[in-house]
Amino acid sequence: MRLGRVAGTVVSTINHPIYDGRRLLMCDLLDAAGEDTGGYLICVDAVEAGPGETVLILDEGNGARQVVGDPQAPIRAVVVGIVDELMVDEEIIELV
Amino acid sequence: MQLAEVAGTLVATIKYEGLEGVRFLVVQPLDRDRHPDGEMVIAADAVDMAGPGELVYVVASREAALAMPQPFVPVDHAIVGIVDQVDRV
Repeated sequence: MRLGRVAGTVVSTINHPIYDGRRLLMCDLLDAAGEDTGGYLICVDAVEAGPGETVLILDEGNGARQVVGDPQAPIRAVVVGIVDELMVDEEIIELV
Repeated sequence: MQLAEVAGTLVATIKYEGLEGVRFLVVQPLDRDRHPDGEMVIAADAVDMAGPGELVYVVASREAALAMPQPFVPVDHAIVGIVDQVDRV
């Protein structure tokens, strides 16, 4: 799983039917120090995360399909948690 | 899933079974600022409506094949949506 920060949303009208009614979040990827890596993922929101929040991202298809409840869903990245606290090497990482 | 811009189309007459009728588009993956990011790839169009110049989002790996009418086809990138708007806060 990856650490990310919600940077915004992606709006789409014409899409695969599995995406109907699902929020898509543009998530910037963070490293273990909470710093921006420059990468991003477009993720389906499973926890009602909002912009600016630090989130836990699952980027793996089998788990993603389980989260959305469809064994055939063409979805790979899902926001599965909102991070309250992160501790690395006994130090609490400041999450903006 | 990642953003990409459709750069062109691809036509192939001889294809592996299951790929009949599948539209193939040449897409350029984009970074968060919509600048090109890496090599162009060929993606199957799972929405059947994307065209050159459009901003789309693409799913890769095994999940790409699941976007197709037949789920066990040799496809590794699929366009699953046409982007209307990206709101970065």
